[in-house]
Amino acid sequence: MSKIGNAFKNGKAFIGFLTAGDPSLDKTYEYIMTMEKAGADLIEIGIPFSDPIAEGIVIQEADLRALKAGTRIDDVFALVERVRKETQIPLVFLTYLNPVFHYGAEKFFARCQETGMDGIIIPDMPFEERDECAAAAKAHGIDIISMIAPTSKDRIQKIAKVGEGFLYIVSSLGVTGTRTEIKTDLKEIIDTAKEVTDVPCAVGFGINTTEQAEKIGRVADGVIVGSAIVKIIAKYGDDAAPHIYDYVKAMKEATIRG
Amino acid sequence: MSTGRFGPFGGQYIPETLMNEIQRLEKAYSHYKSDPDFQAELKDLLDNYANRPSLLYYAERMTKDLGGAKVYLKREDLNHTGAHKINNALGQCLLAKKMGKTRVIAETGAGQHGVATATAAAFLGLECEVFMGEEDTIRQALNVYRMELLGAKVHAVTSGSRVLKDAVNEAMREWVSRVDDTHYVIGSTMGPHPFPMMVRDFQSVISKEARQQILEREGKLPSAVLACVGGGSNAMGMFYHFIGDKDVKLIGCEAAGKGIDTKMHAATMAKGEVGIFHGMKSIFCQNEDGQIDEVYSISAGLDYPGIGPEHAYLHQTGRAQYIPVKDDEAVEAFEYLARTEGIICAIESAHAVYEAMQIAPKMSKDDIIIVCLSGRGDKDVAAIARYKGRDLHE
Repeated sequence: MSKIGNAFKNGKAFIGFLTAGDPSLDKTYEYIMTMEKAGADLIEIGIPFSDPIAEGIVIQEADLRALKAGTRIDDVFALVERVRKETQIPLVFLTYLNPVFHYGAEKFFARCQETGMDGIIIPDMPFEERDECAAAAKAHGIDIISMIAPTSKDRIQKIAKVGEGFLYIVSSLGVTGTRTEIKTDLKEIIDTAKEVTDVPCAVGFGINTTEQAEKIGRVADGVIVGSAIVKIIAKYGDDAAPHIYDYVKAMKEATIRG
Repeated sequence: MSTGRFGPFGGQYIPETLMNEIQRLEKAYSHYKSDPDFQAELKDLLDNYANRPSLLYYAERMTKDLGGAKVYLKREDLNHTGAHKINNALGQCLLAKKMGKTRVIAETGAGQHGVATATAAAFLGLECEVFMGEEDTIRQALNVYRMELLGAKVHAVTSGSRVLKDAVNEAMREWVSRVDDTHYVIGSTMGPHPFPMMVRDFQSVISKEARQQILEREGKLPSAVLACVGGGSNAMGMFYHFIGDKDVKLIGCEAAGKGIDTKMHAATMAKGEVGIFHGMKSIFCQNEDGQIDEVYSISAGLDYPGIGPEHAYLHQTGRAQYIPVKDDEAVEAFEYLARTEGIICAIESAHAVYEAMQIAPKMSKDDIIIVCLSGRGDKDVAAIARYKGRDLHE
């Protein structure tokens, strides 16, 4: 098992997301460290992409801010190196296939290994297209985190069987962004997946309140929060650290309560 | 690896949420493609509603003036709604209805695909919502109102560069949010499989007719066929039944905007690289980090940073050639065709007309070329007037 398993060792995991380079790489470094201090078990680092089709408006805008600030893929790798000097917290990337493909999958995953990344989530790489990255990722010990959606149905077990790191259970239809209500029967999806895998299941998309985190913590191994954190960064810019700390701490506590 | 490849290009690079739906679509299309009842119903719609077959028009004045090859125009501009887009919109909306969908969504650049989809939806009793870049809702204001008249809801997309690429992003996001009752009518030979194949099939009626018409008329095949290329639907339609005729040159004309040595162009083949975006592996204009470029063309319909995967394949194998044509050249052809033949064509189609004007004089009088006139130019008149410095507004 990769280092990602460590995130789920001490009960329910809280997974926090932010976009690298929003508002600056220095701040991203600071906010990653803040999230860890506040109790986050795993950090998802978004490599900004010009056209993130699975993202709602909050993360779309964060990506555009990061790109406008001049964030390059190699800068994100340098950020990871810097983070790794301080902490061994599991780290995964979230990005789209084109930046990886254009960088060259072999070179990209080699850099992931050198800098100390543990996994990657690529929303526009479904099960059928894993070959774009599978061999290179495996050769360099990087887990490909697969997504399972409310519409996956008969695909759940096929995806779960090749699951690595953790399974990313998409809470609802649509793109990322906060929602007031999550109606999907997550327990059924998770139970179906667990029949064929021991890989932990974490739920993301739309989660922003402690009530939601507690509720989802009851059925899942982890809770993933992105847009709500990115919103705090958008609001407070360079001074977001104390706000991120308070928010992540409260969400982590709620997740464990679940 | 997924199915639906043209050599290395194509595929199904979409979020997991859409995978079951896209596979359902693949199955449904493969069923109806060979269902005689479906094909008969579609043919009836094309013939008796959309005004097919379209004319193959001999442009005698243009031919004489250019003094070389005989020039024929495949008059898709005479179709109902004024462009080739109706061929695909009727096909997909009929399929959506057979699949039990009650709502269709579409992206549009110039507005022609949006209008065609809104038309087909009105005719077939489907709810319709169209996503259009805010920038395009301004340059193609007339088409926005046409869609509204047809009962469609038009969303002005304010994300990104606010043009066609962003409209596709937004339509995909909408589809992920509401997939049960909704079919996404992709307007070009792009996106995840089966769209590039399905849209090409629906558009291939263009070359099916043209090939037959020219054989009846001239008793021989053309030396070349030309079409403009954005995502590539009218070009795939124009090329398809000629692909096996090795002596027929296939020429796609892409938008070079202010020139391919500037940043203001949408010349994917000339300047792009292989990438994966909008559900497909193909060629895209992108930067050194794989970020998709903001592209530019005077023509909203060609203002797209990618090209359909089958074109990428025809390019890679050398079967088709792709030529960049600039804004001012397209405008020159737009005016030329109006004056010589009395036909005001779409500024998109004018890109292909320009290339015909370049090659026809160099060819012999025994040669024949066919240009796909993909649409009519009413929608462009005000914008061209402004381009020429006339302060004209609709």
